[in-house]
Amino acid sequence: MRYVDEFRDPALAAALIREIEGVAHRLERGRDRPFAVMEVCGGHTHAIFRYGLEGLLPDIIEFVHGPGCPVCVLPMGRVDDCVAIAERPEVIFATFGDAIRVPGSRKSLLAAKADGADVRTIYSPLDALALARRHPDREVVFFGLGFETTMPSTALTVLRAEREGVTNFSVFCNHITIIPTLRALLETQDLGIDGFIGPGHVSMVIGTEPYRFIAEEFGKPLVVAGFEPLDLLQALLMVLRQIEGGTARIENQYARVVPDRGNPQAMDAVERVFETRPVFEWRGLGSIERSGVRLREAFARFDAERRFAVPEISVADPDACRCGEVLTGKVKPWACPMFGTACTPEMPLGALMVSSEGSCAAYYQYGGVRQPHADATPHAPKSLEATA
Amino acid sequence: MCLGIPGRIVAIVDEAAMLATVDVSGVRRTVDVVCVAAPGHPLAELVGAWVLVHVGFAMSVIDEEEAAATLKVLAEIGEAQAEIEAIRTGSVELPAAAS
Ligand code: SF4
Repeated sequence: MRYVDEFRDPALAAALIREIEGVAHRLERGRDRPFAVMEVCGGHTHAIFRYGLEGLLPDIIEFVHGPGCPVCVLPMGRVDDCVAIAERPEVIFATFGDAIRVPGSRKSLLAAKADGADVRTIYSPLDALALARRHPDREVVFFGLGFETTMPSTALTVLRAEREGVTNFSVFCNHITIIPTLRALLETQDLGIDGFIGPGHVSMVIGTEPYRFIAEEFGKPLVVAGFEPLDLLQALLMVLRQIEGGTARIENQYARVVPDRGNPQAMDAVERVFETRPVFEWRGLGSIERSGVRLREAFARFDAERRFAVPEISVADPDACRCGEVLTGKVKPWACPMFGTACTPEMPLGALMVSSEGSCAAYYQYGGVRQPHADATPHAPKSLEATA
Repeated sequence: MCLGIPGRIVAIVDEAAMLATVDVSGVRRTVDVVCVAAPGHPLAELVGAWVLVHVGFAMSVIDEEEAAATLKVLAEIGEAQAEIEAIRTGSVELPAAAS
């Protein structure tokens, strides 16, 4: 398998790292803080830690782990709403396994299940629809969450339910969109991000066009990247070269999977079923305009929010949690007093500790619990080989 | 959930309902192939193709080498097994389309 080997080739990795070091060395002069490159996608965060990429980079370059893990940014109040719906006796609440342990203010979905709620872990929204067909006497509610990667699957399932005339199926929609969130991040005054590594799978759906404003309005480069270690290194080099050249463009390192125009069938389904919400709340980031979607009026009968009264109470995160600052790259996870003590992957307090894509979980797993110097780069294995 | 996993389309379950059987590392399940169907072409043309499967939907046709590379990354970062387990244990297999 030549291709696979090429993506792992240590010589290629070493060559890329040498080039990164070369650019870094030239950029370093007169610079008093590191160049911060934000990888938006939680999958990238996970891969960066797993392959110890941070440890391979010169000190002047730093990865900042962005808000691209949908489970991590789910606000407590929405989890409470899920629990409220799930606790209704007529309801079967169907969720992806990723979301089941996210803490709400009262309990998680897992705790609700232990207390007797009918919560089922499913793999696909199609499975939730199958449950509805199988249990015509119950109300099956699918917990829709995720960015543009999973949004088409919910939309297509709603369209399928409509075609098949299923009446006991609905979606509790918590889908969010990455573009307004990136804009909100960029509009943050003290955000010191110099460039972005764009999400691979979100871009497979939306293409590269929607990122254009990042370069044009904010003058920052963005390179869409794949998930191989060499993909990430190459994308980083592309970002750094743009910084060095004083340009800001949107580039596509992952063209073998991401078409510049995205996936038209997927985008068409999303457009038909969803409309933008005026505002949506994110855990740790607060309310972001036009960052979430809901079902259009024409699909109201599949909208769990309209079918069941949900409390819709916004719940503040515990005071000591620093999830928001971690999500925006302002502080590293170990700066949070809860990190590794009150908040661990086994007993998560914040959502960034729940999913393997969350930066707190990644630091906990790969970076060690305590960090001697507050500003030091986390210790990561100095190797491209994944450690066991 | 967001990463998805490569699988190979091995059969068309229902042409009208756009459902196909995909083999994901030996585990089979029915997936929706609307997003990878070429308009005006029979779905049968997809049999044998590698696709990236996200939560039960084929989202992109990829080549075999990309599939192998992706599976390797997923295995190394510990997500392949989780994804396959989710398919195996978390799925309520669809009946052949009701329509
Ligand atoms: S350690 Fe826990 S509470 Fe602190 S920022 Fe991370 S997830 Fe949030």
